[in-house]
Amino acid sequence: MQAPEANPTTATNKRAETGKLMSGAEMLLECLAREGVDVFFGYPGGVTIPFYDALYDHHIKHILVRHEENACFAAEGYARATGKVGVCCATSGPGATNLVTGLVDAMMDSIPLVAITGQVHSKLIGSDAFQEADTFGITRPATKHNFMVKTLAELPQIVHEAFYIAASGRPGPVLVDIPKDVFQARGHYTPVDTIHLPGYKVFTEGHTGQIRRAAQLIWEAERPMVYAGGGIIAANASAELTEFVELADSPAVTTLMGLGALSASHPNYISMPGMHGSYAANMAMTECDLLIALGTRFDDRVTGSLNTFARHARVIHVDIDPAEVGKNRNPDIPIVGDVKRVLQKLNRVVQELAPEFSGKHAEARARWFTKVRGWMAERPYDRPHAENEIKPQHLMDEIDRLSGGQAIVCSDVGQHQMWAAQLIRFNEPRLWINSGGLGAMGFGIPSAMGAQLARPDKLVFAICGDGGFQMAIPELATIATHALPVKIICMNNGVLGMVRQWQTLFYNNRLSAVDLQCFPDAEKLAGAYGFKGRTIDKPWQLAEALQEAINDPGPYLLNVMVTPDENVYPMVPAGGAIFEMVFAPETPVAV
Amino acid sequence: MLQTITILLENKPGALLRATGVLAARGYNIETLTVAKTLDPELSRMTITVDVEDRLRGQVVKQMNKLVNVLQATDLTDAPAVIREMVLLRVRCTQESRQAVLKEAEIFHSRVIDSSTEGFAIEATGDPEKLDEFIDVMRSYGDIEVVRSGGVAMSLETKKLRLQPPVQAAVIPQAS
Repeated sequence: MQAPEANPTTATNKRAETGKLMSGAEMLLECLAREGVDVFFGYPGGVTIPFYDALYDHHIKHILVRHEENACFAAEGYARATGKVGVCCATSGPGATNLVTGLVDAMMDSIPLVAITGQVHSKLIGSDAFQEADTFGITRPATKHNFMVKTLAELPQIVHEAFYIAASGRPGPVLVDIPKDVFQARGHYTPVDTIHLPGYKVFTEGHTGQIRRAAQLIWEAERPMVYAGGGIIAANASAELTEFVELADSPAVTTLMGLGALSASHPNYISMPGMHGSYAANMAMTECDLLIALGTRFDDRVTGSLNTFARHARVIHVDIDPAEVGKNRNPDIPIVGDVKRVLQKLNRVVQELAPEFSGKHAEARARWFTKVRGWMAERPYDRPHAENEIKPQHLMDEIDRLSGGQAIVCSDVGQHQMWAAQLIRFNEPRLWINSGGLGAMGFGIPSAMGAQLARPDKLVFAICGDGGFQMAIPELATIATHALPVKIICMNNGVLGMVRQWQTLFYNNRLSAVDLQCFPDAEKLAGAYGFKGRTIDKPWQLAEALQEAINDPGPYLLNVMVTPDENVYPMVPAGGAIFEMVFAPETPVAV
Repeated sequence: MLQTITILLENKPGALLRATGVLAARGYNIETLTVAKTLDPELSRMTITVDVEDRLRGQVVKQMNKLVNVLQATDLTDAPAVIREMVLLRVRCTQESRQAVLKEAEIFHSRVIDSSTEGFAIEATGDPEKLDEFIDVMRSYGDIEVVRSGGVAMSLETKKLRLQPPVQAAVIPQAS
């Protein structure tokens, strides 16, 4: 290969002659190491062979997955469990297109991710070469930003830009597409010191005047309500949120993406709001006079019908993304900034104003708390246990008991996800890992691989349904290879439960294409991969079987046969008002 | 009413697609689009006119501003701005009407750039509504062929453009 053309615009090249001579593949690894990458997930192919050849001598750990989509999900699991940028790698063409679901998933949930894809030799681009796809074009709307590297000279700069964009502001996935000849080219490498992206705006501080006005509103409110989302977790702002909830003396809900942002055992914590949120959370959102939305985006699964959502409330909305503020609900006080920085300031101002306001609405606040706790007592989540069959809620109860708010739970998508979100407590952020925005089935198991690698000290559950489990079966090989002690809990009801639930409730019980009929023998399947598996179907086996799974030092597949026709309640029908929830037909009144 | 958006963006491959992708992804059809590099050759200026429903006008501009390659996107629809467009038009006319066509061209301050026994080729610039009239008038003299450039817009206000400063590379974010 020829040496790369000098590019006078990058500072790198001025000193290029002095740098160490290495290949593009080696440079990429050097940059990844500088970014603190210790492990990444991938699958090699024709054009990435030069990269994997360089990796052969490198200390960075590579996890060979069994499908590129799962490389992306695993990198997400790693990122969600740590807050660090997750990294995945795929070859050109099919490798790159297989990443797309994971990229969109990371985009929807604002997860920092860098995806490296190989591309065909730059001379062949556009010629319909073998395994060529327009990765740059295909992933443009699937990423926060993407790059196509054209010369070796720009490679280090682009890699560092990719990490910076992925991790800063509202985090998200960034893809770097690298032609084979760039991996192979040799040039002088000098570390890049600065990144200059003149158009990339990151808003962090929040408007001081708005923060003061927000504090004022908070003191004036009689029925405040904190609505905290995944932004709190992305910003590592749990401590600030906890302090705020206490200073503001307000009850709080956390969204599906925000579970654990405020400890589930905090006295002000209610639960999750929304389509399958609790009665208390939805009623409190409806009746509050001030809604304090922190790092959240008024998702349709939370708000239901926007016209009726929190209709008595004034709204303070803090978000790092200006496009989210006012997108679904026009706030009275918009604050664009990093929710951690904003809360630090807001907490200070709320304290400053305390002498002026303290006690003014004490009585109203006390009444409000009484009302909220009344709703909580009136209709808690259903926790039916049966004598002769395992209720899915019973399963989640047991996992909750064993976790004690401490285990990492990686969930797939569907009914089990909602029951897990309702019934398993999370006392810290980064314990609850799920595909929230995109709702990508098959996410649970690969994300648990990433989470377990990131947190070897933690008990990691992968909870999935029998549908999502079968989407991810190939990764049992990866789990076995690395002896990842992930506890896979398959909530098996023999159907695609959430679709079946909608068909039952809204489509005259016409159960079309939801019967999963065939499911492999769990013990034999796990045994075939060399670890333990077991199927149970009686409630008295549950505690003991889960304990056995946890005690096992290796991976474990527990297939739990549950009541097949259980529905998730409460439920807000799509587009309905969140205070008009549908409850289980024979809900026992207040336990 | 059409929305006029002006975008200052990096002159890089794919940047145009990112900006217009914000509209395409929401199902909006772009009416006109012009783009050319600015005095700084590393930047381009783009003008888009598009029919976006009122509710989403703010949102599309915000989404454009979020793009890494976009330095500034501004809605000029209700702002003080001039918008101009260019038309190249060929009109076939009879010998008798040649004088009249030339007279009309003069009224619209347009310039004849080619003349033949068949008729004229004329270049006209102006605001888009004026050009609509010009085209209507010329059509009354005979068959016409028209190429329009799409509008270029310039704000009459000075809007502060804040470029983001360089940052340090490879700063590893710390989880709490």
